[in-house]
Amino acid sequence: MVIDVDKCTGCGACSVACMSENNVGVLEDETEKIRSITWLRVYQIDNGKAFPETEVAFFPRPCMHCQGGASGSPGQAFFQEDTDPQEAHTPCVSVCPAIATDYDDATGIVSQITSRCIGCRYCVAACPYHARYFNWYDVPWPQGTPRGLSPFVSPRMRGVVEKCTFCYPRLQRAKNKAFLGGGKVGEMDYQTACTEACPSGAITFGQLQNPAHKVHKLIQSEFAFRLLEKMGTNPKVYYMSKRKWVRMMADNHLSQAKATQAAASGGHK
Amino acid sequence: MRRWFDDLPKYADDSSWWPNGTTRCRPEVFLFWLGLPLTIMAYFGLSAFLVLFKGLNQTNMNDYFAFGVWIVVDLAVIALGAGAFFTSFLNYIIGKTELKPIVNAAVLIGFICYTGAILMLGIDIGQPIRGWFGFWHANVHSMLTEVMFCITTYAIVLCIELLPSVLDNRRIGKVPEFGTFSHNLHTIMIVFAAAGTFLSFFHQGSLGGMFGVLYARPFAYRGHLGIWPMTFFLFVMSAIAAGPSFTTMVVMITEKITGKRLTSHKVKMLMGKISGWLLLVYMVCKSVDTLYWAFIYLPSKGLSVGQMYQAPYGSWLVWAELGLFGWLPAILLLTPRVRESYGLLFLAMLLNCIGVTLNRFIFTIQSLALPVMPFEKFFSYLPTWQEWGVASLVLGHGLLIFMLAYRYLPIFPQEPELNQR
Repeated sequence: MVIDVDKCTGCGACSVACMSENNVGVLEDETEKIRSITWLRVYQIDNGKAFPETEVAFFPRPCMHCQGGASGSPGQAFFQEDTDPQEAHTPCVSVCPAIATDYDDATGIVSQITSRCIGCRYCVAACPYHARYFNWYDVPWPQGTPRGLSPFVSPRMRGVVEKCTFCYPRLQRAKNKAFLGGGKVGEMDYQTACTEACPSGAITFGQLQNPAHKVHKLIQSEFAFRLLEKMGTNPKVYYMSKRKWVRMMADNHLSQAKATQAAASGGHK
Repeated sequence: MRRWFDDLPKYADDSSWWPNGTTRCRPEVFLFWLGLPLTIMAYFGLSAFLVLFKGLNQTNMNDYFAFGVWIVVDLAVIALGAGAFFTSFLNYIIGKTELKPIVNAAVLIGFICYTGAILMLGIDIGQPIRGWFGFWHANVHSMLTEVMFCITTYAIVLCIELLPSVLDNRRIGKVPEFGTFSHNLHTIMIVFAAAGTFLSFFHQGSLGGMFGVLYARPFAYRGHLGIWPMTFFLFVMSAIAAGPSFTTMVVMITEKITGKRLTSHKVKMLMGKISGWLLLVYMVCKSVDTLYWAFIYLPSKGLSVGQMYQAPYGSWLVWAELGLFGWLPAILLLTPRVRESYGLLFLAMLLNCIGVTLNRFIFTIQSLALPVMPFEKFFSYLPTWQEWGVASLVLGHGLLIFMLAYRYLPIFPQEPELNQR
């Protein structure tokens, strides 16, 4: 997935589409943001400067579907094996005691098997992107609404962890369709709900390693970057921005330690 | 006129159950004091019920603080309970038989700590009914899997190690079968001591490894030796340094409460000396590790050590953990004069135990409080009364088990000799 930060207006349509597609419920008290579930959360950031030099940008943040391994540059081998055994795994997958989450080598998707999850939350602690959400409450579905839920995604119960799956059920359906039609899953046959919902076309989805796919070309750009590259998580979600301060905000830099600290104290909007 | 209850005994006489050559308080006094652990356990019961019935929303944990006070207490009591395996190891395997008078107490304290921790973990997970998935669908790459296996098997080993003390009760021991069984258990105890040492070494380490492998959380991540992160070894070292101190402290507190001498001061001094040397080695390693982390690892990730400590978890934590509760007790415990003094020895051991608890707190809470993404903010967390209720289980059931064991089981073999009038 590639997200063009410069195109994102922060409208939140992607978040809403994601919730609707994946049967993410609305809690009784959604003011308690620290416990509400938003698989695709839109972070608002700013350059920390006073008006009129203030600039704002948005980071839509789905699960990064980290592979672990070496975070090589896009021009070289971006999915090479890491020689560091500690970083050779997806951060959350390697810690789960019950194999309730797994990394699929074929698709690069980090799955979440909610019916296997014991709710220990070790994966939540392991994820630096805060992309994993624990169900602190049972979702109080208003009367009649369960009939409107998507039949392709199981609603989750209290006490388990859930997260973005890159709309995996859509891939399954696309595969079924391709099988029945005798063809292959094409680029446009499998698109995530957030990609389709984005009104400004900021989100592009496809196979990063497939030269025929648009995302493959996009990540070659000098303006492409990922969140927290220095951590060695090797995410599958790339961002793009022509603004340098936005690119700098994506990772920790010693030279900007003070600036980022100041921004962080006013951040989390 | 005789009333019907005059013929009843004034109180049930349980003196025939007391360990040989000892005296205990009157049963009604004992029953009165049992009210304390029972009250704590009632508080635990209410909290546990609410958490299990209504869910983990009864806590103040959230998606940033995935772990809270329960994990801190779990890690702390498991470290403090390390006295059980390490004292058994020294006594049965190394042949340091001078520690024999305190081994039973160490095993009992270990048993209390581990059973408490396991019970608390059962409540901590979001789906307690699925707790067995960790064994059935075990992920061999996860440090937590290793912890689950080792803690449960070691709790069984502790039950076996504790069994001779139960069978040696004055009345139970009179049953010939039990007496013979107990005698045979004593002769093969070295096997269980070895098993306990093996299991404990790995789960104490894996508890540290749990944090050290979080390579995307820079506060916790550490470089590794072989397949284990440095925290694996640091946690083992800090646990075996604090465990003997905690065991001795509990014995000293029991002595003060009961007004009896339970082990000779020589044994306590030896435990203090062992703790002191281990703590010194740990402090050297921990200091080197901290310096490497602060000045080599963190800058490589674009972070500075100053960013790691923000209010309320400021840099005072470093000075407290490494200085006041680290180097200071190590120096104190290695000073013969301090060890000779009952009060100072207690103080040094207390500082040592606070140090290991603080270390577990920092690794659990600080690791999670620290934002990794530059545009996230620093969070803090305070537990709810329900969380404190569940966390107080160790104290409640620990007091209950310890009170019963002290009254009826020969935990302190030196007691009759030391208290002869």
